[in-house]
Amino acid sequence: MTETRIERHHYDVVVIGAGGAGLRAAIEARLAGKKTAIISKSLFGKAHTVMAEGGAAAAMGNVNPRDNWQVHFRDTMRGGKFLNNFRMAELHAKESPQRIWELETYGALFDRTKDGKISQRNFGGHEYPRLAHVGDRTGLELIRTLQQKIVSLQQEDKRELGDYEARIRVFAETTITELLLDGDRVAGAFGYYRESGEFILFEAPAVVLATGGVGRSYKVTSNSWEYTGDGHALALRAGATLINMEFLQFHPTGMVWPPSVKGILVTESVRGDGGVLKNSEGKRFMFDYVPDVFRKQYADNEAEADRWYKDPDNNRRPPELLPRDEVARAINSEVKAGRGTPAGGVYLDIASRLPAEEIRRRLPSMHHQFKELADVDITKEPMEVGPTCHYVMGGVEVDPDSGAAAGSVRGLFAAGEVSGGMHGSNRLGGNSLSDLLVFGKRAGGHAASYTDQLPTRPKISVAAVEAAVETALAPLQRDTGESPYVLQQDLQAVMGELVGIIRREGELVDALGKLAQLRERVAKVSAAGGRRYNPGWHLALDLRNMLVVSECTAKAALERQESRGGHTREDFPQMDAKWRRVNLVCSLDGDAVRLERKPLPKMRPELISLFDRAELAKYLTDEELAEFDALTEEAGK
Amino acid sequence: MGTKRQFRIWRGDESGGDLQDYAVEVNEGEVVLDVIHRLQATDAPDLACRWNCKAGKCGSCSMEINGKPRLSCMTRMSTFEDDETVTVTPLRTFPVIRDLVTDVSFNYEKARETPAFAPPADVAPGEYRMQQVDVERSQEFRKCIECYLCQNVCHVIRDHEENKPAFSGPRFFIRAAELDMHPLDAKTDRKEYAQSEMGLGFCNITKCCTEVCPEHIKITDNGIIPMKERVVDRRYDPLVWLGSKIFRRGQVPQTSVTSEHHSGAGSAQSGVHSHAGGSHDARSEAQAQKGVNWHRQVPHPTAPPLDANGKLPLTELTFDKAAAPSPFGDDVTFPLPPEHLNFAHPQQDQPKH
Repeated sequence: MTETRIERHHYDVVVIGAGGAGLRAAIEARLAGKKTAIISKSLFGKAHTVMAEGGAAAAMGNVNPRDNWQVHFRDTMRGGKFLNNFRMAELHAKESPQRIWELETYGALFDRTKDGKISQRNFGGHEYPRLAHVGDRTGLELIRTLQQKIVSLQQEDKRELGDYEARIRVFAETTITELLLDGDRVAGAFGYYRESGEFILFEAPAVVLATGGVGRSYKVTSNSWEYTGDGHALALRAGATLINMEFLQFHPTGMVWPPSVKGILVTESVRGDGGVLKNSEGKRFMFDYVPDVFRKQYADNEAEADRWYKDPDNNRRPPELLPRDEVARAINSEVKAGRGTPAGGVYLDIASRLPAEEIRRRLPSMHHQFKELADVDITKEPMEVGPTCHYVMGGVEVDPDSGAAAGSVRGLFAAGEVSGGMHGSNRLGGNSLSDLLVFGKRAGGHAASYTDQLPTRPKISVAAVEAAVETALAPLQRDTGESPYVLQQDLQAVMGELVGIIRREGELVDALGKLAQLRERVAKVSAAGGRRYNPGWHLALDLRNMLVVSECTAKAALERQESRGGHTREDFPQMDAKWRRVNLVCSLDGDAVRLERKPLPKMRPELISLFDRAELAKYLTDEELAEFDALTEEAGK
Repeated sequence: MGTKRQFRIWRGDESGGDLQDYAVEVNEGEVVLDVIHRLQATDAPDLACRWNCKAGKCGSCSMEINGKPRLSCMTRMSTFEDDETVTVTPLRTFPVIRDLVTDVSFNYEKARETPAFAPPADVAPGEYRMQQVDVERSQEFRKCIECYLCQNVCHVIRDHEENKPAFSGPRFFIRAAELDMHPLDAKTDRKEYAQSEMGLGFCNITKCCTEVCPEHIKITDNGIIPMKERVVDRRYDPLVWLGSKIFRRGQVPQTSVTSEHHSGAGSAQSGVHSHAGGSHDARSEAQAQKGVNWHRQVPHPTAPPLDANGKLPLTELTFDKAAAPSPFGDDVTFPLPPEHLNFAHPQQDQPKH
């Protein structure tokens, strides 16, 4: 390999990731007049965003006029167990309605209310009906709308400049393996075309990461093959930091049978529309699992719960609509107690609750999916569901307003699932689609203005490119190492068994030992075949990303000695107010993951005053509560 | 618990390839994509195949399974006999990149040529008001997951590379229909555009696209036919006809998009249609030399557009030609090329006994 051909491109902003956040960021950068590239690991329009079913949360108040951003903010903080970056939660609650309305001007067609506005549905953890939706294929609508908006911008450029790709171009089936720096500034990105295996180099002063999550490190996952933590790992290697990596959301209701569809999600709206969870004894068990902090909002008997669907103002909610972690834990406990289904899940029953016609109307793609994939008719029989790895709350530590990555690097931005802080320890359903839009737009806009205030364009060093080429080609040139598929299975086994939904100190220590061994094996991985569309080679390159991100998760999970949201320690089952004030921050020290504690930013007075003292008492330390009391006293004067 | 099943999978690239035999373990409840993944993890680590969601929602894993265009994540192994060999080949209409991966950029080019949603000028964001019943028609088409199976199966471009420049295909006809039916879209010439620039006229409604759609979108009945009908309405509107006679304009009301005479209708007239008119396709010429291919599956003829009285809807007075429209459709010219001389028995699809 003496001569390696590398295709070079110059852009102002390179967006890595073509899901909701990436496309929204690219639109914003292009609208700011920047020459923008979108890197998509799959074909354009196939991103994992299409899988989001329920909807996009935005306090538009179309269904219940009492809804507003303050209520949405409260719900988000509550859902994240107060570990959220309050500023991100605030911006998200304030800006999501505009972001949704904007989509309509791009051509989105949401379901409507009777008076012609965007309809909104109930969802776990949201006080009012808040999720804008299109049947149960909201994610597809979102991605298609953004995709078509990009096409529309390209058509404008074609009219104006004679070339569709004059100012915005999509590089489909392209993977970035390395970010390139000039000192502490981002200078570009290096990667390869999956189709041809040819290398490609982007010279760009600003990069937006929008690569999604890390779920492929787990065996039972709803995530697609793309979710290998690329953005997390790229950020780490470029000198940025990750926060909250111990918090992974296991969606409570993924399909567990048949095996071909294990992990695929059953949307929460099945429960929002009346579906109930039953164990193998036929008992509706969720009433036994309402935690004290939620007693006020959730019913303790079936009669009241059932009335809620018709009259939500005068009844408490059914416990099936508790936040996701509570439901996941409840199912896990039932299964461990031997009351699960043969396949290791529980039953989710909507068939006995609604007429068949109504189920087909409200949950068309759910019905379709089960019929086609599993030959199960959800209007006739219950589904078998269980927890599945779904979403990582943790991610790149960012400035809440601009999405700029923290740490030593400049010119790097992150939005969507790859960024951390917004959702705290647990994300509410529906908050991710609006998160993508709100922070995608912000990251794209700030990346554009960052390039404006740069005095000189950063330069790429030849040595860095050569090193990147060498790393990328290494697995193909070795024939002594192990198969990447075997290594991935082993990694999934470690993460699934030892860093899964319920964690213990001994197992986490064990996991770190096994990950260290895996690291050595991954360094020697070899891939058979050539460079042209070779999935084995692609996986071999993704493995090192999956590995470093898994190490972050395991380390942070071992450090945090409490249970909160998406992190459950069997040896520390309680939430601990002292831990609420701490963010665990991962960075890279050479090759090793370094973990530090960092204080959580303090909520502004007018925001903390939105909560009842009684509620805050469950989360805050005595010291913080005293501060809060002083604050209210002052306000009372 | 698994049993060994026989697979034949096409391996190769644009320079050629062939079917290779594999014996793979198959477990209960699995789909074809599971089997391909098992092959990648065992015998064929570099077997190229696209996939993403594995839940029938992203439309990445399109391929041809036993000759039928399918999503491999939605094709259950239980639909095959235990001793049946399952043959998996790449989509035929698009150039092969490697193994089961094809170059589908044709579709992205056509997407880029289809005019985007035009927001109403005087409605602010947040002020859009639409009734559910009015958005539902467009929503049906927005279910499309862009698996391109309809594009792959469409005989206008399957084996007819020469039609590709002038023909956008079913996926983009429903995109045009979706925008045409959008209650607030400000562009008013979607159907004319589809007719004049997207090659809507090539489609002779064999409904192959509807048949393969994994989302069960009624592409032909709800999308293409209404678009065609409305184009016809406009073309044969007596007032428009009278106007065109008086002012000697073309048949289609001129709008900004219907440029002069464009490739669509032009190449249709030059006779490269798939079922009617002459063919320049070397393969069909060769077949023609050998005589009539009696085993060719002939699509049913398209019924002439009759009105409620069972008559062709137009009198000579309101028609823009000197005689009544041809019951064979305007796109058919005579004499038919020899390879198309074949007979479809009206009951050809019914069981023999």
